[in-house]
Amino acid sequence: MKPRSILTDIGKSLVNAAWFVVLLFPLMVMKVNVSRGIAQVQFRWNLLPIVGIGAFVLSYVWKIALEWNERRGGNNRSGGIFSRTKAVAGAYLAKPAVRTSSYLLLLAFVIAFPFLFGMYHTNVMITAFIYVILALGLNIVVGLGGLLNLGYAAFFGVGAYTYGLMWKYVGPSFVAAGIDTGWLFWISLPLAGIIATLFGILLSLPVLRLRGDYLAIITLAFGEIFRMVMQNSSDFTGGATGISLIPRPWFFGQKLPPIKAATYIYFIAIALVIITIFVVRRIEDSKVGRALEAMREDEVACEAMGIDLVKNKLITFALGAFWAGIAGVLMAAQTTYINPDSFTLWESIIILMAVVIGGTGSIPGAIGGAILLKLLPEYFRALSQYRMLIYGIAMILIIIFKPEGIIPRKRKQYTFDKKEVTR
Amino acid sequence: MEYFLKLFLSGTAKGSIYALMALGYTMVYGIIQLINFAHGEIYMIGGFTALILGGVFFSKGMPVGLVLFFSVLLSVMYAAAFGFTVEKIAYRPLRGKPRLSALISAIGVSIVLQNFVLLSQTEKFLPFPSYLPEFSWLQPYKAYINSTQLIILAVTTVIMVLLTLLIKFTRTGKAMRATAQDMHMAQLVGVDVNRVISVTFIMGSALAAIGGVLICSYMGQINYYIGFVAGIKAFVAAVLGGIGSIPGAVLGSFVLGWTESFGTGYISSDYEDAFAFVILIVILLIKPDGILGRTQKQKV
Repeated sequence: MKPRSILTDIGKSLVNAAWFVVLLFPLMVMKVNVSRGIAQVQFRWNLLPIVGIGAFVLSYVWKIALEWNERRGGNNRSGGIFSRTKAVAGAYLAKPAVRTSSYLLLLAFVIAFPFLFGMYHTNVMITAFIYVILALGLNIVVGLGGLLNLGYAAFFGVGAYTYGLMWKYVGPSFVAAGIDTGWLFWISLPLAGIIATLFGILLSLPVLRLRGDYLAIITLAFGEIFRMVMQNSSDFTGGATGISLIPRPWFFGQKLPPIKAATYIYFIAIALVIITIFVVRRIEDSKVGRALEAMREDEVACEAMGIDLVKNKLITFALGAFWAGIAGVLMAAQTTYINPDSFTLWESIIILMAVVIGGTGSIPGAIGGAILLKLLPEYFRALSQYRMLIYGIAMILIIIFKPEGIIPRKRKQYTFDKKEVTR
Repeated sequence: MEYFLKLFLSGTAKGSIYALMALGYTMVYGIIQLINFAHGEIYMIGGFTALILGGVFFSKGMPVGLVLFFSVLLSVMYAAAFGFTVEKIAYRPLRGKPRLSALISAIGVSIVLQNFVLLSQTEKFLPFPSYLPEFSWLQPYKAYINSTQLIILAVTTVIMVLLTLLIKFTRTGKAMRATAQDMHMAQLVGVDVNRVISVTFIMGSALAAIGGVLICSYMGQINYYIGFVAGIKAFVAAVLGGIGSIPGAVLGSFVLGWTESFGTGYISSDYEDAFAFVILIVILLIKPDGILGRTQKQKV
């Protein structure tokens, strides 16, 4: 490859900058306002140089970054400083003692978190944990089973509404009988899991014949129909106003003040996250998990190997829905208020983004992705109105530079004993 | 009967707008198998650009006909340029990478474009002045169809005929069909795949912008968020007809338009969007590849 001169690069960036100035001119420089049926346009010439210079610098940086990215992809095994430190750190972390102690340290930090930081941060972390459970659940469907689901929020909603409706219809008789309403949480938790699972199976029955993006769009349709039904059946579910004053979980019959209640739910969330991680890992390594992976790779070949695709797809949806149901109850208990707006298509998309950005099919990836996607907007609050713009840009950048996700799935590798092979 | 005809015509008008958007979806999907979530945003940008440029031309004292012509033409060009740029920046680096990654990138672009318009313009609903003329000879039939609907129908019909001719008979159209069938093979026989993809995005975005201007005139308002719902609807229409198939996208859009129109007219207006999804589910259950979609042979 011949070395390019910096001048041609700068020239190209100038051309790009000119393109962007023209492209963004109507939207950036002009601002429209309509009064009495006539559009009035106000010019903001001061933004023009900003757009030009910004586009020039960014396009130059972008070019270099893309080239760097390609080079990095080309020879991954090169002895760069970065990859060497990574290898050293990896080898160090692989030692059992280091591993265990770092896990313990992490656990200690997680447990100490609500006492170190305030209630606000605890609540943010609870939300993040709810999304971790959701992402892990969706990871079974998308990552393991390879079935794109764009209506996952509906199962989340089924869970939340199970608890909400329990409170609305069973709650009064609990109060009348003098039983602590906090028990409802513990009853709803398994119940929501079961009901969501049933919904998952019900939904997957008609879609078994579909594949790929047809499946995606039909799950999207089911999700939206669920939301609209919740919204419009106001007699049964409270309609758009939703259900409020949902009780917090039972804690030895005590009424906890908000801060303690948040801490309590935080610990329930941690426990549920740990259980989820444990179960999901066991699923991945089980016969079912391997069958699901085979289905993801190739449905026809998988069927030829004697794996029942219908059963597999049912299992995938059922397992995924179960965790969403659990997360829904947790969410209802944390916010004590639910309405259909929490279960929109947008919610499904965010959960899907968490899975893909973390690394489709990878458990640490799903955890990392969910935490990243939920914490970024929280801590971007300082940027107020630019928050979502930066969020979107961050998504694009992450996925372009890490198309496999932040923590990509590692394939299980089975190594032979070298001596035996090279005999 | 009068009521039925009224619903039928309004459904047809709605369907033809969905068709303009669904065509872009289906063309992009046919070539790179990407659900282009940002397509709805291009449509919104088309509408906004037309509003802004129309305002500028109007204040310069241009006659209404010319305002209409130039603002639509320029907004279509701008939307096409946006589509082209978005493809270059956000989708091209991801070619050959996992398909879900490109989908996430598309969602990211959708967020960015929405918020860009939100920040650079306004978060309010703006009334969209109707640049479209009123036909006086249509006055007696006003109960059935108004001029905007008629214009929408006429424009969509012309565009669809042109598009079909373009894809069937021109070199570019041939290259597009070849790329859609098999990208590697097309590359081997000398088709410049990158160029074909760019052209597809430009054409799809231009169609979306025309749809944007038309529907904004029809609804009489615009907002940074209108693209999202419209995009989903168009996607539903494209899938309904069999994604990747151009006549399918048109047919699917009309089916969707009629379903919504009759559903809200005869059953209940609370569930307007739900009808679209119910018809989608019903049709996909009967024909899993959409109405006109080809049944794909499964091979290992």
